[in-house]
Amino acid sequence: MSRGGEHASALRSFLKRLAQFVIVLATTLLGLVAVTFFIGRVVPIDPVIAIVGDRAPPHVYERTRKELGLDKPLAEQFVIYVKKAATGDFGNSVLTTNPVMSDIARVFPATLELATLGTIIGTLIGIPLGVLAAVKRGTLIDQVVRFLGLVGYSIPIFWLGLMGLLLFYAKLGWVAGPGRIDVTYSYLYTPVTGIVLLDTLMQGQMDAFWDAVSHVALPACLLGYFSLAYISRMTRSFMLNELAQEYVIAARVKGLSEFRVIWRHALRNAAVPLITVIALSYANLLEGSVLTETVFAWPGLGQYITNSLQNADMNAVLGGTIVIGTVFVLLNLVSDLLYRLLDPRTR
Amino acid sequence: MTKPLLEVEDLRVRFHLRTGTVEAVRGVSFQLGRERLGIVGESGSGKSQTGRAILGLTPPPGEVTAKRLTFDGIDLLTASTKTLRQLRGGRISMVMQDPKYSLNPVMTIGEQIIEAYQAHDKSANRKEARDRALAMLEAVKMRDPGRVFALYPHEVSGGMGQRAMIAMMLVTEPDLLIADEPTSALDVTVSMEVLRILDELVAERGMSLIFISHDLKLVSSFCDRVLVMYAGRVVEELEAKHLREAKHPYTQGLMRCLPTLADDVRPLPTLNRDPAWAR
Repeated sequence: MSRGGEHASALRSFLKRLAQFVIVLATTLLGLVAVTFFIGRVVPIDPVIAIVGDRAPPHVYERTRKELGLDKPLAEQFVIYVKKAATGDFGNSVLTTNPVMSDIARVFPATLELATLGTIIGTLIGIPLGVLAAVKRGTLIDQVVRFLGLVGYSIPIFWLGLMGLLLFYAKLGWVAGPGRIDVTYSYLYTPVTGIVLLDTLMQGQMDAFWDAVSHVALPACLLGYFSLAYISRMTRSFMLNELAQEYVIAARVKGLSEFRVIWRHALRNAAVPLITVIALSYANLLEGSVLTETVFAWPGLGQYITNSLQNADMNAVLGGTIVIGTVFVLLNLVSDLLYRLLDPRTR
Repeated sequence: MTKPLLEVEDLRVRFHLRTGTVEAVRGVSFQLGRERLGIVGESGSGKSQTGRAILGLTPPPGEVTAKRLTFDGIDLLTASTKTLRQLRGGRISMVMQDPKYSLNPVMTIGEQIIEAYQAHDKSANRKEARDRALAMLEAVKMRDPGRVFALYPHEVSGGMGQRAMIAMMLVTEPDLLIADEPTSALDVTVSMEVLRILDELVAERGMSLIFISHDLKLVSSFCDRVLVMYAGRVVEELEAKHLREAKHPYTQGLMRCLPTLADDVRPLPTLNRDPAWAR
């Protein structure tokens, strides 16, 4: 009986947590929509002119204004927008004339691909570098890592991108140039996930896959370097904190190897706050790194939103903002779950 | 007489800081056989640093020098890292002050004991190590070893945590245990229980013990011999039962400060430090 009771209570607490999450997601998104919507309406940009142009006769202007529903009171417009948004309809983009949702479905995977690779590179290299810097505190190694981090964090990424293209693409020819894949290969696969690396791999188009790899390598390494700079600094500081703890001395007293003391004991504890750092840096990249995307002609979310903004394409801006908001909330949830997994004290 | 287990002669621990060099331990000498040695002193007297120096765990930028620092004939100052690592945990162990900080918060207690055991008995498989860990938890009087084994440090009380710490540090059956203020973080009743268990295990296994504390009374009741440290030096060394015959004014002063039930002295005398003691 007690076992059944345990299951029931576990299920209840799970459902409770799920409900909490849904509520948090809904409120966050609603707030986000409200703020973006009203900012979009008060800025002195006329979406009607954006569509019809400033030489359109008044009746055309009026008709379009009615079609867009802009003659209704602001509050009513907002309610209509939220109702439609709830069904996944964010209206059409002025610029591309497609539904905003299908535009985002096209550009987001490109950003996802780049940001994920960048974060993986940044994490896999940044954490060991940070650990090394903390362990070798004050030595040449620490200084070198500090220098690498500072450079990565302070040099404008578009400059690094251009220099990277100049060196590795133009001069050395090690990587492919801007874009996601060569035109020659772009019809060899059908976009399913929208992530070129996955699509080509799943469809067995190895030539296309390797071409995509050589396209993504440079921008991914650049974003990786950028996040590495941040992650390694934070890792160093968390590790210094952990290495000064008593349990580290206790681990040494037990006669464990220094390797085990550092990687198994200290890093395992430092990993808890690192989750937040990595999640934030990932979210940052998922927002779309406009500069990187521009330099590498990468058709991602950042570029899409920036273009829309410049063209007063409010539907697209709103839609993009909501996608980013959702990504933030979801990443928060994931890091929350990871927290629970890594730190027994939060269970 | 057999050779002493631990020989310390003119041990010095220095910290080279930006503001100058601080000498935390200034020429400590003692020998230790199969006995219980208490080291008493106030905060900053160098008692803990003495213990850490023996284990080779003086935190950087500390520097340890000694005319002689040997354990069972092994020179601890020139021993290789590998030898030191085998000694640490394997033959010399240390129980630290506060289990809240000295146990790794993200590993289960059982896992931490197993790790200590497997670090020194590489041939032991997981099952053996687990059995040893459970036996050890039972030896420190855990009521339900199996349950405690799977718990995380934050899930147990201070007293249980400290008993787990003792289990972890004694699972390899070391020859020398350094107990660095093992009960200072516990309340009085719990601390008596922990001490009783420590006492029993040390006696049972015939271990040598260095008991570091600031509690003169406790040390004298628990140990055979007492070193009194002040400002990095041993100012007095005496048999625990002859504590009343202490000659050094610092020890005498400390003894006078102890309240007694029989006569109600008010106010209690306080210690007047003579700068000459530190010289």
